This record gives sequence, C-alpha cells and structure tokens, in this order.
Amino acid sequence: MALSREQIAQRVAQELRDGYYVNLGIGIPTLVANYVPDGMEVMLQSENGLLGMGQFPTEDELDADLINAGKQTVTMAKGASIFDSAESFAMIRGGHVDLTVLGAFEVDVQGNIASYMIPGKLIKGMGGAMDLVAGADNIIVTMTHASKHGVSKLLSECTLPLTGKGCIKKVLTDLAFLEIKEGKFHLLERAPGVSVDEIIKLTAGELVVPEHVPEMSF
Amino acid sequence: MAGFDKVVSSYEEAMAGLTDNMTVIAGGFGLCGIPENLIAEIKRKGTKGLTVVSNNCGVDDFGLGILLPDRQIKKIIASYVGENAEFERQMMNGELEVELTPQGTLAEKMRAGGAGIPAFYTATGYGTPVAEGKESREFDGRHYILEPSIKGDFAIVKAWKADRYGNLVFRKTARNFNPMAATAGKITVVEVEEIVEPGELNPDEIHTPGIYVNRLIQGTFEKRIEQRTLRTA
Repeated sequence: MALSREQIAQRVAQELRDGYYVNLGIGIPTLVANYVPDGMEVMLQSENGLLGMGQFPTEDELDADLINAGKQTVTMAKGASIFDSAESFAMIRGGHVDLTVLGAFEVDVQGNIASYMIPGKLIKGMGGAMDLVAGADNIIVTMTHASKHGVSKLLSECTLPLTGKGCIKKVLTDLAFLEIKEGKFHLLERAPGVSVDEIIKLTAGELVVPEHVPEMSF
Repeated sequence: MAGFDKVVSSYEEAMAGLTDNMTVIAGGFGLCGIPENLIAEIKRKGTKGLTVVSNNCGVDDFGLGILLPDRQIKKIIASYVGENAEFERQMMNGELEVELTPQGTLAEKMRAGGAGIPAFYTATGYGTPVAEGKESREFDGRHYILEPSIKGDFAIVKAWKADRYGNLVFRKTARNFNPMAATAGKITVVEVEEIVEPGELNPDEIHTPGIYVNRLIQGTFEKRIEQRTLRTA
C-alpha cells in the first residue's frame, strides 16, 4: 500500500533528532510536527520570522500578528524567538537549520528539484523554497512517486523550471525512501506491501536497487 | 514638524510626493504587518505606474490587491503572489509585470539597498530561472549569483509602537519585512498603533532606530487574518 499523507509525515519524523531546528514546508511537511517522538525536543522555524512555532491557537489565543509561513494563525512555543525576514533567511542561508522538509513536483538523479512553477498553469512563486534548498544541507523532499496517471516524478532530468540545482539527497515518496548520489537514485526502503518491481516501474531516473530492500516500519 | 519629531497629522501628508512611476517598497507578509492605511491612501490618490516591492500582493479587496483594479501597479517584485483573481488575470494578460524573487533574496535586496550595498552574491537561485542574465561566480567550489539590491522612492511600513522620533517596535510576526523596508526608502513612511513620547521606549528594545524614518502616523487597523486556523480544544 502506498503511504498516506500521515504515514509520510510519520516516516519523516523518524529522521528528527533531539535538539534539531527544523523548517517544515507547506502541506505534508507541516504534518511532521504531529509526530515528534515523545521525550524529544525540536524547534520549528517558520521563515516569516518565528523560531519555536507552537500549535494552532484557541479562539482566545487568536492573534492576527502571529502567523506561520503558510499564513495560518499559530502560537509560540516556550523559548520562541521573533526576528525579521533578513535574519530568518540568514539562519536558512547560513546553514543553521538542521533539517528542512519540503514538497516537490519533480526531482532528478542529479539532485535537482522543481517545486514552484508549472508554466502556463501555476505561477504563484517560490516563496522561501529556493533559499531553503540552497542553504540547507539536510533536506528531505516529500512527494508522490508518480502522478495519478502513473507518470513518474523521479526523473533522469526535471522538465519543470528548477527550484534548486544539485541540492537534494533524500526523497521520501508514498512508495519509497531513496537517496540521490553519484547521478542515481538509490532505493533505501519501501512502503509496507509495496514491491520493488512496482517502485522500479514508477521510477524514470536510473535506480540502484540493493539485494535486500527493507520495508519501512512505524 | 520640528527637530526629530516625525509625526504627521494626515495620511494625505504621509504620502505627499508620491507620483506616477515611482518604486514603493512595502513591509508585510501575506496580510500580516502590512501598512494597510498607507496602501489605502495610495488607492485614494490614484497614483499609477508603480513598481511595488513586497513579499506578496494582498488579496482581492485588502492590502496591495486594492491597487490592482485601477491598474495602479505596473510591476511587482515579490516571492509569492496570486492569492487573488484579479492579479492572476492581469499577469496572464501581460498587463502586470511580475518579477518572482526568492524570499530570502528579496529580504536581502532590501537590507542591502538600505545599507549602501549595491549587490551581493547568493547561492539561492543558482541554476534556476532566477539566475538568467545574472553574473555567477564560484567561491570555495560553490556557485553563487550576483543579485542587485533594491531601493525605493518610498518605503511604507507598519510597526506596533513608535516614539515621536520614529524609533520603532514591531509586534510578533508582523515584523517580517518591515525593518528592511524601513531602511530602503528615500522617504520612509511608517504607520503605527501607538505613538509615545521620546524616552518612553527602552533603547535596548527598539527594533528600528528613528534615523531610517521620515514620516510617522498613528492609525487604526483592521488586521485581517488570511488563514484563520484554530485548534480544537
């Protein structure tokens, strides 16, 4: 079975470490915050200028001056700090964020990522995504492995305008966890019940498959 | 107005001197911390042909979006747009020029513009459409592109509190692009929720020193919320 959105978030959460500063993109990455393991402390960075993002507010806590990068109202966690956008991106560009999780339309064997524009269709802008992929070392891309019509999104070369060049090393799809190195995808884990053959079929870029591919465990 | 007192008495006075085809830098992220009344004054004035530099362009009936129906904006430099239908229509029809700029690069362009730095190198955008036509250079084996900084004829800013000298304090994430915008305007106009006397703000807690501020006005704010998200208690 392909992973659900929640399961993707759960699997990403296994990559969290105590004391990590983490930037979570909009969509599935945001759900990762729900699966921080017990007893572990992580601090969420929101690129509009908040380190230590808390949960959504109650009606009483609602504050128009306190939002996240998705423009949703939020609260501040204990020990939070507030800063301006230049400072926020100094953290990101300076490589101070320990883990970045974001979505994508396509990735390829060279570690390129396309996530912000579909010419003629979707032209909303890159927001902070280009800064995040250029500035962070530890990035996990979460995405669906293929389109609804079975067209692979893991390619030998991205077809859409790039968000970043040669910057992606880890990809978690609804079918598999993969590493990108030496111009190839490397299959690390498969979703429970998903066969290696199915992953091979839906991966357009060159894929290295080891003899044993463990199933993800939750 | 005398000495360091930056307070003006009307929005008309606050935006006096803004004329067609100028560049306006605006603070705010989404609808959070936007100078909503200064934007409304630009609409009232009917100034046209503006180049607007802002992270976003408001929504259909609030924020910078209200400058769209009368085609007051010629060009927008932003990181994320299209939260409103009129914007998309004008962009698709080529009536509105849009220069998409990565958010961190945009913040740094304003910061550098205000700090007298004409351009800077950044890895952000290398190998992407953002790099087209820009000089690139390698430092320590990594590729960077040269990004020119931005200055505005006007900067419009929203802060929480100010003293009459224009020392500013922002509140929570309404700070965002406002401090950088404040440094990058030839004329920087700030609207705030409260103005106090000089000496009442703790100098250690001032986010933007008054040297960057030319005009200051106290307003009342709607502070519209774009994505009202609550947790179920």
